[in-house]
Amino acid sequence: MSTKSINAKATGGRSWLQDWRLYVMLILPLAFYAIFCYKPMVGVIVGFEKFNMFKGMWASPWIGIKNFKDTMSMPDFRPALVNTLWLNLMGLIAGFPVPIILAIMLNEMRSIKTKKLCQTLLYLPHFLSWIIIGGMVLQIFSPSSGIINATLLKWRWIGKSIPFLTDGPHWQFTYTLVGVWQGMGWGTILYLSAITGINMELFEAAKIDGANKLQQIWHVTLPGIRSTIVVLLILSVGQMMNISFDRPQILGNPQVLDYCDVLSTFVYRTGITNSQFARATAIGLFQSVVGLILITGANFVSKKLGEEGIW
Amino acid sequence: MSVNTVQQPHLIAEKKQRIWTGPQIVLTVIIVIISLTCLLPFINVAAMSLSSKSAILSGRVSFLPVEFTGMAYKAIFSDPAMMRSLSFTVSITVAYTAFSMVLTVLMAYPLTKKRLKGRKFFNFLALFTMYFSGGTIPIYLNIKELSLLNTPWCLILPGMLSTYNMIILKSFFSALPSELEEAATIDGANDFQILLRVYLPLSMASLATLTLFYAVGKWNSFQDALYYIQDKKFQPLQLKLYHLIKGSQAVDVAAMEGGSSTVATEISESIQPASIIFATLPILLVYPFVQRYFVAGVTIGAVKG
Repeated sequence: MSTKSINAKATGGRSWLQDWRLYVMLILPLAFYAIFCYKPMVGVIVGFEKFNMFKGMWASPWIGIKNFKDTMSMPDFRPALVNTLWLNLMGLIAGFPVPIILAIMLNEMRSIKTKKLCQTLLYLPHFLSWIIIGGMVLQIFSPSSGIINATLLKWRWIGKSIPFLTDGPHWQFTYTLVGVWQGMGWGTILYLSAITGINMELFEAAKIDGANKLQQIWHVTLPGIRSTIVVLLILSVGQMMNISFDRPQILGNPQVLDYCDVLSTFVYRTGITNSQFARATAIGLFQSVVGLILITGANFVSKKLGEEGIW
Repeated sequence: MSVNTVQQPHLIAEKKQRIWTGPQIVLTVIIVIISLTCLLPFINVAAMSLSSKSAILSGRVSFLPVEFTGMAYKAIFSDPAMMRSLSFTVSITVAYTAFSMVLTVLMAYPLTKKRLKGRKFFNFLALFTMYFSGGTIPIYLNIKELSLLNTPWCLILPGMLSTYNMIILKSFFSALPSELEEAATIDGANDFQILLRVYLPLSMASLATLTLFYAVGKWNSFQDALYYIQDKKFQPLQLKLYHLIKGSQAVDVAAMEGGSSTVATEISESIQPASIIFATLPILLVYPFVQRYFVAGVTIGAVKG
């Protein structure tokens, strides 16, 4: 053993057997990845089969892309796809700039105590489940007893209550608003740490050149956090096809079905509630592949434009 | 003035008398208002949970209880299903967090060792799962095939290892000086001993952060329970709350002292707000103490990951 290790050292390498303990450590995590991540990836073949629960995915007959065609011609598929893209797009347009602006504002605050307190409050929604937030939203935006409508009515700003959750376009507005609200505080963290990384001398130099606060923000702060912005934008674009399940599920209701049904709720309903496993698998696979293409594409474009990518 | 300009700019800002200039006041007021939007909804919902039915229905409740009553909370605490759900959620959260931490450490540590053959491959195996997954249904069928449906295990095992958290820990481990390991090796320690006696004690802050990430994640998770759990005895709190909010289940007032249909009617409006506060309270209680760790964790993960 000892001569062997000396030999290995002398030749500049080590026998991998010497590191057996490291491989032992990896057994459990790798087993986890194999069983709970990679095995389901093999399971996507169900999407190409006339799946029979009792025969299992290996013995069910292969029918090619028929499931994809069938699902895409289901009447509620198109609205679910359109709503997914539309809600994500609105969320991106409304929600992407907010943390940047908020981070810049927080960074300009001079009272450290107030700043810390505000940050504590702003991060709070991130730690609550969508069920809790959804429950609160249903209470607060309720047409009759909700505080928002009640207050607006009392102040006579509106004549009758606003159907925040019971009218389609209003629902989509509320959905987006709540999403922006929930994510805005947490989103500032990365930008704040990027701003801290900017060389203070750049601000000093800008001041000497006579730049006012806004000019400093435009010419120093924003360029300083550009790579962070780009990375987060790539990630958001890569997520355009994916929509969380919890938020549309808890906020949605039968009155706005055409507006709140999205791919995640569609897959749940088709696959798990109605046991049409093959069709729902096909849609999931379609989403995953498009997502992968989107994120690779966004990464490629950003590298072409001379920015850092995510890999 | 001339003295000030020589000093570091952030030291000037520390001086009390110069903090509150006009633009600063405007800025602070705007940010405080935005921050309050994160707090006021809770206060409103908490006030509703303590108000009478008629006060809620007429929209008179804002930030203080109107016609104070604690009956909704009494109903929640005397509903055995609710209490069972609470203790079930606590136990799966504890079990899940423990398993998750073990797996995360076991994955992150070897991956920081450059001498590990196949390191790049293992790393890729982990990272790829962040960008591609089998999808909802294959994952569901997998759990069904493993006979985990309708057991507490389907809430614990499938999400045990978060690649994101693993990367955070990996970058923390990599930042520790390699001399520590060399010294321990000379003293005759093997990899297990080095991990347990050198790396883990030095990483307590990161480990605490990740523990909290996992625990909050599990406490808040709802989707897995909705998909995989039919049996009411394995309903976590979030799923229970979901059914309550959606009106497909009610709090059982029969077990309550003097419980009757009049109680059920009286609390019909305040029971949802009370349940929301009930499920949020544990998070709200620990939140002020832990939030700084979370922030540190996110920043490490982003900078190094």
